[in-house]
Amino acid sequence: MMQNTVPIANPLSGAFSGTGARAVPVSFPGPLPGVPPASVSEPLINPATTGKDAPAKIAVQNLNFYYGRTQALKEISLEIPAYRVTAFIGPSGCGKSTLLRTFNRMFELYPDQRAEGSILLDGENLLTSKRDVALIRARVGMVFQKPTPFPMSIFDNIAFGARLFEPLSLIDMEERVEWALRKAALWEEVKDKLSSSGMSLSGGQQQRLCIARAIAVKPELLLLDEPCSALDPISTARIEELIAELKNDYTVIIVTHNMQQAARVSDYTAYMYLGSLVEFGETEQIFFKPRRQETEDYITGRFG
Amino acid sequence: MSEKHLSSQFDSDLNGISSQLMEMGGLVEIQIQRAIEALARFSTVLADEVVADEDRVDAMEVTIDRALTSVVARRQPAARDLRFLLAVSKITTNLERAGDEAHKIARRVKSIVEGGEIRNMPIGDLHLAFDLATDLIHRALDAFARLDVNAAVSIMKEDNIIDREFKGFTRKLITYMMEDPRTISHSLDLLFLAKAVERIGDHAKNIAEFIIYIVKGTDVRHSSLTHIESVIQ
Repeated sequence: MMQNTVPIANPLSGAFSGTGARAVPVSFPGPLPGVPPASVSEPLINPATTGKDAPAKIAVQNLNFYYGRTQALKEISLEIPAYRVTAFIGPSGCGKSTLLRTFNRMFELYPDQRAEGSILLDGENLLTSKRDVALIRARVGMVFQKPTPFPMSIFDNIAFGARLFEPLSLIDMEERVEWALRKAALWEEVKDKLSSSGMSLSGGQQQRLCIARAIAVKPELLLLDEPCSALDPISTARIEELIAELKNDYTVIIVTHNMQQAARVSDYTAYMYLGSLVEFGETEQIFFKPRRQETEDYITGRFG
Repeated sequence: MSEKHLSSQFDSDLNGISSQLMEMGGLVEIQIQRAIEALARFSTVLADEVVADEDRVDAMEVTIDRALTSVVARRQPAARDLRFLLAVSKITTNLERAGDEAHKIARRVKSIVEGGEIRNMPIGDLHLAFDLATDLIHRALDAFARLDVNAAVSIMKEDNIIDREFKGFTRKLITYMMEDPRTISHSLDLLFLAKAVERIGDHAKNIAEFIIYIVKGTDVRHSSLTHIESVIQ
């Protein structure tokens, strides 16, 4: 514990001696008094999502997740509000990407990974659902850290997913492709070369192509796993603009290492640490006056 | 739990700003004390020193604001760092204005001395308010250095005492002036001096409010004391 108190001289001493100002050693304060001590395991339900601002799109209840014997998520409970952007932040290994990947059962692709608890998407538990997992993933789109265009034309990159779920005529499909590319703010840049390979685009364009591909199947929920970490500031700004647009039609969850990005784009922020949800609240509250000391330490760069 | 930033440069930037603010506060305290002493002794020498210090205080305000801008631009501060920087910006403004009030007192002292008749100035009634105001600025700076919200609240309470003193003193001066119009000139001088002291107390109170803002994240300006006391619980 750092000492915050400093010796203060008598107010009048030296006042008339002409020696100028008092030199008082001041150290910047450590943890503030009155901040409740950490209790990492306490489940948090955001009061703002219990019907006040927006209904919950996803309700996670007592979620535990294991990689083999290692527990990666511990008793996570939170509600993701519909038509809002929610950011997951936290240091590497805190479980934010793991949590994101449970929302479309991506983890089932790997052996030895299992989830316990429940994840209700509009009331239906995704973990026990008997539906085809491909149908779940059509409702829950995902974009990864590294742009992953398919080795095919720009047009087919977008049409690929849509074709799987909807029998669209060529005219309808052209419309859908244009719609998705416009939504992803890529149309003006690629409209004259739709038959060129998706791989020929720049990194920022590839990432917007992936977002266009994800929204072309008209999902309800869009998961973005560090979508800008490989992009330059201009491409990042474009994607952030896009995220602000997308929340009119979708519920968006973004995992990001960039706290300023979380602060810029999200309405709600969840801070995770060591597999637990430490704090979840409105982004403005989290970045201005977090309730928990651990959150404050992390967002102010005191985490060590 | 680590108490320091991962970036020690960030820590040293913030500590530097704190120290500069304390230095500026020290200068303003001296200005106020000298102004009051100038009045007590009708000393134009001391009054001139107060006037001369004005430039140093103004320069410090500019320096601190530049340091704040630099930290905001380079570090994107959040939470308590952000509140601290915003509050320091407001506190420098209040300190500079408290210094202005000392400056006004000093100039008035000079005009009184130059006008003669200094023997008849009944400044005794102002002493309590003078002492309180000087003490409040000093304690506001202490409370800032310690981020002590309880000290901040007691400053606010005592500023209310100065405000009451000022009102009572004004009523008294009005009575004097009505009874004997020859006292009007002196009474106006006194009223002016008392007003300057009352304003110094207000600036100390404002500084105290920003201390609560830093620590609790709640803006308590224009709030009742009862509300403020519930905030710091």
